[in-house]
Amino acid sequence: MMKWNLIVDVARCHNSQNCYLSVGDEYAGNEYPGYTAEMPLHGHKWIDVLKRERGAAPMVDVAYMPTMCNHCDDAPCIAAAENGAVKKRDDGIVLIDPVKAKGQKQLVDACPYGAIWWNEESQVPQHWNFDAHLLDRGWKQPRCVQACPTGALRTVFTGDEEMAVIAKRDGLEVRAEELGTRPRVYYRNMDLYEKCFIGGSIAGMVDGKEECISGAVVTLNKDGTKIAEQVSDGFGDFKFDGLDPDSGAYTAEILHPGFQSVSETVTLGTTVYLGLISLGAR
Amino acid sequence: MGMSFILYFLKWFLRIACWRSPEFAKRFREKNLIAQFKIADDSDGRYIIIKDGKITSKAGFNPDAQVSIIFKDQRTAKELLMPPIDHQKKIDAIKNFNLMMIGAEEEANWFAEVVLEAGRIGWRWGTDVGHGEVRYTNHTNGGPVFVYVKDQKIVRVTPIDFTDDDAGTWTIEARGRKFSPPRKTSLAPHGLASKSLIYSKDRLLYPMKRVDFDPDGARNCDQRGISGYERISWDEALDIVTSEIKRVNREHGPGAILAARSSHHTWGNVGYYISAYVRFTNIIGATTTMLNPDSWEGWYWGAMHHYGHSMRNGAAEIYGQVEDCLKECELIVYWASDPEVTNGVYGSFEGTIRRQWAKDLGIEAVHIDPFLNETAAFVGGRWIAPRPTTSPALAHAITYVWIDEDLYDQDYVAARTTGFDKWRAYIMGEGEDGTPKTPEWAEDETGVPARDIRALARQWGTKKTYLAAGSMGTTLGGACRSATGAQWARSMICLMAMQGLGKPGINFGNLQFGAPIDYNFFFPGYAEGGMSGDLANTASAINLYQRMPHLLSMNPNQQMVPRLKMPEAILDGKAEGYPIDIRSIEGQFFPVHYPAPGHSEVRMMYKYGSSYIGTQPDSNRYIKMYQSDKLEFVVTQAIWNEGEVPFADVILPACTNFERWDIGEWANPGGYGFDWVGQLNHRVIGLQHPAIKPQGESKSDFRIFHEICKRLGTGAYFSEGMSELDWVKRMFDASDLPKHISWKKFLKKGYFVVPPEGEKTRPATSYRWFAEGRKKDVPEPHPLPGSYGEDFLEGLQTQSGKIEFESQSLKRYGQDPERPPLNEYIPSWEGLHTTELTDKYPLQLISPHARYSFHTKGDGKDSSINDIEDHRIQIDGHYYWIARLNGDDARARGIKDKDLIKLHNDRGAVICAAQLTERLRPGVVHARQASAVYDPIGKPGYSPDRGGCINLLTPGRTQTAKTHSASYNSCLIEIALWDGAASETEGAGEVAAAAAV
Repeated sequence: MMKWNLIVDVARCHNSQNCYLSVGDEYAGNEYPGYTAEMPLHGHKWIDVLKRERGAAPMVDVAYMPTMCNHCDDAPCIAAAENGAVKKRDDGIVLIDPVKAKGQKQLVDACPYGAIWWNEESQVPQHWNFDAHLLDRGWKQPRCVQACPTGALRTVFTGDEEMAVIAKRDGLEVRAEELGTRPRVYYRNMDLYEKCFIGGSIAGMVDGKEECISGAVVTLNKDGTKIAEQVSDGFGDFKFDGLDPDSGAYTAEILHPGFQSVSETVTLGTTVYLGLISLGAR
Repeated sequence: MGMSFILYFLKWFLRIACWRSPEFAKRFREKNLIAQFKIADDSDGRYIIIKDGKITSKAGFNPDAQVSIIFKDQRTAKELLMPPIDHQKKIDAIKNFNLMMIGAEEEANWFAEVVLEAGRIGWRWGTDVGHGEVRYTNHTNGGPVFVYVKDQKIVRVTPIDFTDDDAGTWTIEARGRKFSPPRKTSLAPHGLASKSLIYSKDRLLYPMKRVDFDPDGARNCDQRGISGYERISWDEALDIVTSEIKRVNREHGPGAILAARSSHHTWGNVGYYISAYVRFTNIIGATTTMLNPDSWEGWYWGAMHHYGHSMRNGAAEIYGQVEDCLKECELIVYWASDPEVTNGVYGSFEGTIRRQWAKDLGIEAVHIDPFLNETAAFVGGRWIAPRPTTSPALAHAITYVWIDEDLYDQDYVAARTTGFDKWRAYIMGEGEDGTPKTPEWAEDETGVPARDIRALARQWGTKKTYLAAGSMGTTLGGACRSATGAQWARSMICLMAMQGLGKPGINFGNLQFGAPIDYNFFFPGYAEGGMSGDLANTASAINLYQRMPHLLSMNPNQQMVPRLKMPEAILDGKAEGYPIDIRSIEGQFFPVHYPAPGHSEVRMMYKYGSSYIGTQPDSNRYIKMYQSDKLEFVVTQAIWNEGEVPFADVILPACTNFERWDIGEWANPGGYGFDWVGQLNHRVIGLQHPAIKPQGESKSDFRIFHEICKRLGTGAYFSEGMSELDWVKRMFDASDLPKHISWKKFLKKGYFVVPPEGEKTRPATSYRWFAEGRKKDVPEPHPLPGSYGEDFLEGLQTQSGKIEFESQSLKRYGQDPERPPLNEYIPSWEGLHTTELTDKYPLQLISPHARYSFHTKGDGKDSSINDIEDHRIQIDGHYYWIARLNGDDARARGIKDKDLIKLHNDRGAVICAAQLTERLRPGVVHARQASAVYDPIGKPGYSPDRGGCINLLTPGRTQTAKTHSASYNSCLIEIALWDGAASETEGAGEVAAAAAV
C-alpha cells in the first residue's frame, strides 16, 4: 500500500512562512465537504513554524522547525474520537470528519503535539489534513510543499517498508518518538532545534596585537572521556554541536603549540557560548 | 470600395456580434446614439444609428449625430477602416489631423470601445481544472501566480508549476556537480497572502467624502485624519475631483496640483504607475513628486563616483555571477546583505536555492550586519556586528590590513585604478588627518574587535571572494540608508578595486543575480512606460514606443516636489532637492527648486496609494502637511483603507490587479533595474486575467483616470478609445511573444516561459572584460556613448575610465564637503558621537525592509501575514509591530519578551511589541520599515502610534546637504515599557526644526 509521508529538513527551513500562508490561503474562506470546514482567517496555525535561537553574539544560530499534524499511524485523536469522527485513510492520512467531529473539543487535548485547533465559530476540531482534497483530485504535492522556497518540505509517497529504509538511511527522526504515536511526518537535522552547542572564540597576543587564534586543537571531554575534537577556524572559533540539553558537565581543552593550554568546564543547561578565551603566551 | 461600403459591413459586424454574444448585446443597449462617418470635404458620408440595441445605417449626413468621425480623404478612410487595425497608420492619421473624432466625450468613448469589444467576441481565457474551478494567471510584486476561481470567488492563489509544455531549464556545472533549479516559480509571502488582501475587510468599496468637507463651504482641513466619512456616488466623487482640478488651475495657475505616489504599485504594464497614471498626470498637467533613490541611496550618491554605472543608479553589473561564483568563489562576504528578506525586490525566492548550492559546495560566508539577519541564519558563517553607520570605518581598517600585510592585487590596482597613492596615504595615516585607520582605530568606532577585523581582512585578502554588498549583492538597502550610506557604498567599490573585481571568483554578488537566462528576448518592463506615451520621463522611447505606436503624452508642468521635502514644500512654500538623473554621473548635481519659476505652489494633492506615514522618514511631518489648509483639497485613490487614506477629503476606491486586465513580466522593471530578470531561474511573462469582478464599486485605476479625463474632454485621448484588454493585446503584439506563442493560446493559458539561453551564448561575466583590459562585452546598453572618454566600450564611465580611488566627478563638482573626492570617514550626524542626543536617546535604531510584507503591501488590512509572529504580535486583540532588542538592553529597562514598549525620541513615539534576541549587538534596536497601519492613540501627528510606523522616529534630514537621500538608519531612540498613558507632546517639534539640515 502506497502512503503519504512528509520529510521536514530543519536545516533548510528559513522561515519564509510560505507553508503557513499556503494553508491559510487554501482553507480560510473555503470549505471542502467531506474533508474540512473553513479555517478561521486568524488564530489557527495548522502549520506552525517554531523558532529556536541559540548562543550569544557573535556565535548565534537560529533554527526554524515547521510542525503540523503528524498523521500518526497510532493517532491518539482516533482513539479519543467518538462515533468514528477521525479516520485513518489507506494512504496514511488522518482525517477529521468536519461533520462527525462537531463539538468534540476533547480531540484538541488528545493530540500530544498541539496540532489540532478548535474552531470556535463552527465548533469543530481542525488540523492540517495533508491537503487530502487536493491529492484526491490528482495534485502531486500538498500546497505547503509546492510553496516552500528552500525544499525544506518534501513528500514521499511510498510503502511503509520503503519509508523505513529511507528514514534509516537519512537519519530521519520523528517528534516525541517516545510517545509511540508513529508519526508520518519525519525530520532531518532536528538537532538544530532540539540540541545544544558549546562554542567559543580563541584569541592570543601575537607581536603585541590581539589576534584570533586559528589552528588550535580543541577537545571536548565528558566524564573524563574525549567525545569530540575540532580545530579552531580563521576567527578562532570552535563549536561542538548536537549536545543534549541538561546533560551535565563538559570540559573543553584548548591546545596550541604557541600558547599555554586552557581548559574550560561548563555544566550544560542549554547552549553555551564561552565567549572570548584568551590564551597566555607560552 | 469606398468608406460607405466598408461601413455597411461595420453595421453587419456589430449586428452579428449582438447575435453571438448576449453580453455584448446588453452592452450595446447601454446607449442610443448616432455616429456620423464622413470625408472631410463632405464628398461621402454615412451614419450609424444605434437605438435600443438595434443598429441601422444610412448614407448621407445626419445633423443630430453626437459623434462625428472625419477622415481627410477616401484613401485614409479605407486604410483605417479595413481590419485589422494598423496602429501606426491610425496614430499617424490622428497626429496629423487626418482622422478626427468630434462630439460628446461619453458617446465617442463608448462607441469606440464597443466596436473594439465586438472584435473580441469569441476570446476565451482561463483553464477549466474541474470541480467547478477555472484557473487564471496573474502577477504579484513577488512572483507570478495561478488563481483558482469558483463561482466568481477566488479559491486559491499558488505559484506556477511548469509542465512539459513549458520551456526547459538551465544547468550549471561547478566543481564536478550539476545544478539546475526546480521547474516552478517561487512566490514571496506578500504574494501568497493575496487572497486575504483581495477580500480584506479594509477594502475601499465605495467612493467616500469626509463628512466635514464641503467643496463649496467649510473645508475643515485641520480635521483630516480625525473626522469620518460618508459614502457618495461615483458621479458625485468624480464631479468634485474634476471641479477641484479646474478650480485650482483657475485660481492658482499651473503647478497647483501635486501628483503624489509611492515607489511601487500593483503589477502590470498597463495599470502600473509608469503607465496609466503617468498618462493621466501628464494630461492634467500636475506637479510631480521627485523620488529619491530610496533603496540604493549610497550607491547613487556615492559609489557611482568611483566606477560609474549611473544608469544602474550606481549599482554594479549583474551578468554571469551565478556561474562564476559557483565555480570559482571561495568566500562570500555578505555586507548589509539580506537577500532572503528583500528577495531581489520582485524576485521572490529565486536566488535562495543558489545560496543553498553555495553552502552545499562549502563556499564560506561572513555576514557583516548589526543584526544576524535571515540570510546569515540560513546560510551560516561568521557574524560580524558593527554599530550602525560605522561600516565605512570597518572597510577602512580592512584596507589598512591589506596594505600593511600586502594582501591586495597590486597589478590590478596599477592597471585598472587611479588615485591609489592618495587613498593609501589617507588609510595609513599619512594624509591630512594623520590618523592610521588601524583595526584598533576601527574597533573604537565600530565595536568590532580589532582581531576579528584582521582575521576577516586576511581571509578576504587570500581567498577568491564575492562581496555581497547590499541585499542584491550589487546594491540595495541596509547600510546605504544612513548618514554614512554614500561613504559605505563608496568603500565597497574601493575594496573590490584592491582585490581585482572581475577576475574569476572575485566579483560583486550574492547569487541573487546573473542567472544564465535569455537576456535578449524582448518584453517591456514597467519602466518602459506602458501606455504612458511619455518619451521624456520613461524608457518608452528605447523600444516600446516604436513597437507599440500610441499617442504621446507630455507634462507641460515642470514643477517637482522632492519627496523627502514634501512637508516643507507644502508648509513652508519652498524646498530644494537633487534629482535622479541617470544619463550621467553629473545628473545628480543639478539642484531642483520648489516652487519652480512662474509656477503656483501646490494647493491640491492627488494621492495615489497610501504609504508615506509608513515609509517616509520623520513622517509626523507628513501628517502636519495633510492637516494644513495650504492643501485645499486632497483626493486619494487607493485600494485599502490604510495609512494616510483617512487624511483625504475624497476617497476613490481602486481595485486590485486580480480584478482587471493586465500583462507583465515577473521581476521586469525595465530601466529601473535593467535585466533584473537575470535573478530569475525562468523568465515568466504572464497575462493578468481579471479573476473576479471589482469588489464593491471599486474600479481599476485606468477606469478612474478615464472617467476623470472624459469629464475634462480628454477621455478619448487618454484611452485612444481602447479598453485595458485592448492595451494588453497591443503590449503582447509589441513584444517578442508572438514569435513564440499565438495570442489565442497565450490568452487561454495565461503565461509563457522564455527558453533558457544556450550554453555557448550565455552572457560573459561582469567586469571580466574590465579586469582583462578588453572592450565591454556584457549586454547592458550603458553608459551612453558620450560617457566614454575615449574609445567606445573601453573602460568605465569615470573620467579616467578606471576605478577612481579619488573621484574625479566629486572633485570637479567640488561643492559637497560631506562627499570629498577621497572617501574619508565622517561619522554620522546622528549616532554615538552626538553626545547631546545619546544622553537622552542612547539606542541606535535600524529599520531594514520588511520581510513578509512589501513596503505597506501585505501588512495590516486583516491580511494573513499579520499572524506571523516575526511580523506582528497580537496582544489584547491588537496586532503590534515588532521591535527587536538585545537581552541586556531589555533587562536594563525591565522589558520582557512580548512586553509592550514605547520607542521614542523628539520626533515621535511608536508602541511596539518587544522581541528579545541575541541576534542584535547591545545598543541596537531593530524594527522593520513600512507599517501600513497608522493608529495614533491621541491627536494625529502628536501622539504615540500603536500601528507601528517606525518612520515617525527616523530623521528627515538627508544624508548630505547636496543630495536627496533618506537616512533611515541614523536614528537614536530610547525605549521604555509602555504604561498606556497617552501623551500628546510627542512629535510636537516644529517641522522645520525636525528637518533641519
